[in-house]
Amino acid sequence: MATEVFSGAEMVVKSLSALKVKYIFGYPGGSVLDIYDAIFQQDEIEHILVRHEQAATHMADGYSRATGEVGVVLATSGPGATNCVTGIATAYMDSIPMVVLAGQVASSLIGNDAFQETDIVGCTRPIIKHSFSCRSLADIPDAIAKAFYLASTGRPGPVVVELPKDILIPQNKAHFHINTDVTMRSYNPNVKGHPKQIRKAVKAINNAKKLVVYSGGGVVLSDSSELLTQLVETLKAPTTNTLMGLGGLSGTHKQFIGMLGMHGSLEANKAMANADVILALGVRFDDRVTNNVEKFCPNATIIHVDIDPTSISKTINAHIPVVGLLNVVMQQLLNELKAIEYTPDETALTQWWQQINLWRDRKSISYQQDNDQKIKPQRVVEALYKVTNGEAYVCSDVGQHQMFAAQYYPFSKPRQWINSGGAGTMGFGLPAAMGVKIAFPDKHVICITGDGSIQMNIQELSTCMQYNLPVVIVTLNNRSLGMVRQWQDMVYDGRHASSYMESLPDFIKLAEAYGHVGIKIDTLDELDDKLAQAFSIKNRLVFVDVLVDEKEHVYPMHIRTGAIDEMWLSKGVKA
Amino acid sequence: MRRILAILMENEPGSLSRIVGLFSQRAFNIESLTVAPTDDNTLSRMTIATRGDDKVLEQIVKQVNKLVDVLKITDITDRQHIERELLLVKVVAITEKSRTEVKRITDIFRGNIVDIGKQIYTIQLTGNADKLNAFIETLKHETEILESVRSGCVGIARGDKALRA
Repeated sequence: MATEVFSGAEMVVKSLSALKVKYIFGYPGGSVLDIYDAIFQQDEIEHILVRHEQAATHMADGYSRATGEVGVVLATSGPGATNCVTGIATAYMDSIPMVVLAGQVASSLIGNDAFQETDIVGCTRPIIKHSFSCRSLADIPDAIAKAFYLASTGRPGPVVVELPKDILIPQNKAHFHINTDVTMRSYNPNVKGHPKQIRKAVKAINNAKKLVVYSGGGVVLSDSSELLTQLVETLKAPTTNTLMGLGGLSGTHKQFIGMLGMHGSLEANKAMANADVILALGVRFDDRVTNNVEKFCPNATIIHVDIDPTSISKTINAHIPVVGLLNVVMQQLLNELKAIEYTPDETALTQWWQQINLWRDRKSISYQQDNDQKIKPQRVVEALYKVTNGEAYVCSDVGQHQMFAAQYYPFSKPRQWINSGGAGTMGFGLPAAMGVKIAFPDKHVICITGDGSIQMNIQELSTCMQYNLPVVIVTLNNRSLGMVRQWQDMVYDGRHASSYMESLPDFIKLAEAYGHVGIKIDTLDELDDKLAQAFSIKNRLVFVDVLVDEKEHVYPMHIRTGAIDEMWLSKGVKA
Repeated sequence: MRRILAILMENEPGSLSRIVGLFSQRAFNIESLTVAPTDDNTLSRMTIATRGDDKVLEQIVKQVNKLVDVLKITDITDRQHIERELLLVKVVAITEKSRTEVKRITDIFRGNIVDIGKQIYTIQLTGNADKLNAFIETLKHETEILESVRSGCVGIARGDKALRA
């Protein structure tokens, strides 16, 4: 009814409803109590109460990564909002669509250092795609609609909407209207690749003797996995994925040569270094991929497709830049390949694959496990792959376990592998897994973590109890901050400054204290059975504490300041 | 190399801070920055004078363009363009000789004396950065500069093309 009027708080909820939001992850406080009151009085949107706002952002993030929808966070002003900062930065670095609704003190108090006042728009400015400060009731639907539009289009990213208390209170009411079909004159991301660039790219591909496809998170975010598969099968070229792009091409595909970069496979990094044409799709030539940029792939013509022009030629100069949506550009590339009746140069291709297979034969992703030894962390990831048939959603924290998961769990689908790649945020794994579990309650959701990372958001075990989120937490417990320790071993002559955890809690008792199931795995012979047991328990969160070899390092590993293919294969052994 | 960038952006609260923040966040250089609403008061026009090699400049232009509030950015340095900066300078002018000499220099540079005190002249001068620098150097030889303020440069391309929404 046109005559009906609503408070700002009601408008927030109505706007989210109009945008088909199902879940909000948040934590209440003074400035947003009116919004909580409005959420309480409806049942279209469910609010998930976390135990710390950082976890709310990671939950929304995990939910978004698994579903492709915009993750929504609600936090109060001041500390509530600043607790979101790490989660916003995490989403920003990995281009995850997220809208953070942050309370603010009443407009009349802004600038007065009022109780729980923080300039959250200022705090988050470098780590957001955009932000809105609402100053009147009428701003609310418009700002929220634009926030969703911006978060989810172009290169996705987090958007902050600041809501002062005085425009939310029930005393102020106005008519509600929302236009979800947003247009903005200052924001028009490119969709199609320039036809001339497409022709140039295909010409370069057609002349290539040693082509490599290097694809990244953009493929996952734009749901272009099928097109990528079609494209690489047309090209018959070896294909590597970045850490963020794993699952973009199935990890079991015969053209997949592994992840590239610092802890990537030797064959992936060698293929890049020796390529004459690199087709880079939705990647950003991150420093963890390139190693020394001065020595990066000197003989390659680089075709770089990305939605964000700033990613192109930022670190590595692109010879053929193509700006556009990956799913659109890949279709254009396929059409053009068809138009020129492309067939790969069979002789060159055979030689190229022979060379790659020689590198593959080095088996750079391997480890040594003897029966009487402590459990190797790699072995745990392999066991997890088996027990879940390779079908689980795997969320990881940050450190050695993250790399082992990336190396030893081949992901067959996009969105199956969820990790903080750009920001490297410890504490991400558990709340992200919770967000995935909310979206897919019937799927196996694993949080692979370490004894360091898990403690950064362990309070969320309580949220898991409240909302019955039976994720399986697998801690590769090496009683130390493994990746820090590894660097200290390799770069700091083994001086383990603050990388040793001398007073770890009993994780089993801790899990039980929160009402969950704890399983400890100490020896290799019990690993498979106990993991099977963990995954057979339905409807209970299981915390699996696996004591692994604390001396294990992640290999292969880039040699610092070297080229992309200069790697340590094991201690003291260079590729 | 010095470059002059013309930016057209939404006249919204926070727009300026996004630009300034971007420059500091990404370690880009700002030599001068001016901003004011345009004839269309929903838009602001900014001129930034900056320095950097081609690679840095490419990133600056792309990064500024990526800001949601920015409609357009163009590098006007290599095109025919008009660049102006305003200088206000307060100098000691006590003796007959210094008063005459300062007036004469001001006339040569086509500036104006816009305020007079018992012991001072305040001079207004517009021009490009080189001209203002030259004027200040010349003044220093004749008298003592008490205070000076420069607006930073504004620029506009010559010809029919216009930077509009």
